[in-house]
Amino acid sequence: MNPALTIPAFGPLLPEILMAAGALVMVLFGAIRGERPGYGMNIIALALLAVTFVAVLMLPSERVETMGGSFVIDGFAKFMKALTLIASAGGVILSLDYMRREGISRFEYPILIVLSTIGMMMVISANDLIALYIGLELLSLSSYVIAAFDRDNVRSTEAGLKYFVLGSLSSGMLLYGASLVYGFSGSISFPVIATALQGNVGIGAIVGLVFVAAGIAFKISAVPFHMWTPDVYEGSPTPVTAFFAAAPKMAGMAMATRVFIDAFPGILVQWQQIIVFISIASMALGSFAAIGQRNIKRLMAYSSIGNVGYALIGLAAGTAEGIQGVIVYMAIYLAMTLGTFAVILGMRRGNVMYETVDDLSGMARTHPVLAFCLGMMMFSLAGIPPLAGFFAKFAVFNAAIEADLVALAIIGVVTSVIGAYYYLRIVKVMYFDEPVERYETMPAGVKLVLALCSVFVVLFGIVPSPLVAAARAAASSLF
Amino acid sequence: MSGATSEGAAFQRLELSMTVTAAFFYLFATITIASGFMVIASRNPVQSVLFLILAFVNAAGLFLLMGAEFLAMILVIVYVGAVAVLFLFVVMMLDVDFAALRQGFLQYLPIGGLIGLILLLELVLVVGTYTIDPGLVRSPQVPIPSADVMTNTEAIGQVLYTRYFYFFQAAGLILLVAMIGAIVLTLRERVGVRRQDISRQNARTQETAVEVRKVPFRQGI
Repeated sequence: MNPALTIPAFGPLLPEILMAAGALVMVLFGAIRGERPGYGMNIIALALLAVTFVAVLMLPSERVETMGGSFVIDGFAKFMKALTLIASAGGVILSLDYMRREGISRFEYPILIVLSTIGMMMVISANDLIALYIGLELLSLSSYVIAAFDRDNVRSTEAGLKYFVLGSLSSGMLLYGASLVYGFSGSISFPVIATALQGNVGIGAIVGLVFVAAGIAFKISAVPFHMWTPDVYEGSPTPVTAFFAAAPKMAGMAMATRVFIDAFPGILVQWQQIIVFISIASMALGSFAAIGQRNIKRLMAYSSIGNVGYALIGLAAGTAEGIQGVIVYMAIYLAMTLGTFAVILGMRRGNVMYETVDDLSGMARTHPVLAFCLGMMMFSLAGIPPLAGFFAKFAVFNAAIEADLVALAIIGVVTSVIGAYYYLRIVKVMYFDEPVERYETMPAGVKLVLALCSVFVVLFGIVPSPLVAAARAAASSLF
Repeated sequence: MSGATSEGAAFQRLELSMTVTAAFFYLFATITIASGFMVIASRNPVQSVLFLILAFVNAAGLFLLMGAEFLAMILVIVYVGAVAVLFLFVVMMLDVDFAALRQGFLQYLPIGGLIGLILLLELVLVVGTYTIDPGLVRSPQVPIPSADVMTNTEAIGQVLYTRYFYFFQAAGLILLVAMIGAIVLTLRERVGVRRQDISRQNARTQETAVEVRKVPFRQGI
């Protein structure tokens, strides 16, 4: 005999439903229309992302659980979903000209980006282990495919294959940890797990926690699960790399916050150790390993590893200020990364893309505006005031010190200084080395992204309060 | 209903069914472990896949012993029917030089052995200190009905499309991504392939199919 069924509330899922329906319509449209020159599918994808962005902003800000407790909307989910949608839109815009020039402009690319974004939004709103895993798989599978999108290029297929094999392994580890956590807490729902795992829990639950942390650390490319990042970032087509460096990082950090703050608040002492270790290792690797890199995409991969390390400092604090720091850091990181990749995408001469640091020589003389923008991005990444990157690092270090993790903050500052070397080296190469030939004019979309990101990075110091206040509201909704 | 004898007989029957269950467990478990080992130890790759299939089938038997008949049947259908068949296709179609693939085995044995040892220690630690906390054994939110009320399949069906509808739809999206991905990565247009267009053939009329020509005497066309 069936119990009386209550139809769950679909309202909070409006963004995901819009995107899913849109993706299905896009698939149909694309299959019927076939391959035709033009940006039609991309425009549809951008429109879809814009409409979903508006839908996300219209969500309620107080905590709503639906779908039998599997899906949750709160201020944190709203903010991170908005960031993710901006990141995906940036990824689509950056890809417009590149895909066409390289001859890999297929209509499935924006569809896969949209599907990946649906997965990201599911992960951000996950309130139990199965929803988390399914969202993560949706996000990851689409990413594996677009990593290998340039299928006649051996570097791209190598990147896709590496990402797929390592990603599947880490998903398996996360699932194993999730099953252990379920076994030792009796439920898959995060709030129930939180009440079940308090204080002194058995070693079984800790083992489960560690495996879950391993799976999450892979997604955000934190050490020691970062091995895939340089190869995948270097091999994928450049706009795909820009997308990887932006959107899944937002979703991954949101996922990490969700899992550790929502599901494991009772055993904070245990996972704080894990996060502190991962954070120190990521910052250290990010600053040392990038020093010898010649390929800009690889250098940006190590830079993103380091940046994740800094963001994790905020998570390690485990307080509302810490999460506020994480959110502010990720928003600013998004602007810096998209801006840098916009410049990398502008380095084209004819049919060849130039990817090494030496190809930036003397850009101050050949492309002064471009060099200025990239210079500001590099200074910001190094954390030099009054650019945005300084405020980002300040927020996380502040939160760490307030949570008595002073050593962590000191290590963060030290690695920040060491890492500044390779950022400033790029500025030196641009301004003090002999110029190389001029590059082609940047495509319009790339110019737009670069302009927006540069304005944000440079002028953030003047009006930081909107972002900081929004981040504080979002972080406090978790506690 | 003569007291002691029938109780004794019932107890003996119970003991016998316990022994039969235990015997089947040991049989399935031994074959699973042995065939699992043979998968990696076998030289012939086709034999490896066949041993893998054997391992899957025995694991399905273990699930049956636990009373999870849906899981056992799904294991056979999906793992053996889809995954292992895929393995066989790949092994038979691609010219993979398995001997060369296996060459680095000895080189990685120490580190692999170390990791295996660590995992074994963890397993022993977890299982050794495992105690059931009475507070944790709470009744699940949707308890599984016992086998005489409804089968596993029906029980899963009752919740999958109603309570866990969100996961079900999301899994559908994942399958869509898999389809799109396979097409994006592998579909190539073949040029010069001669295809039949049946509708065009059927739409042929007498006027277009037959042409009447007057052949001049003692000349050809």
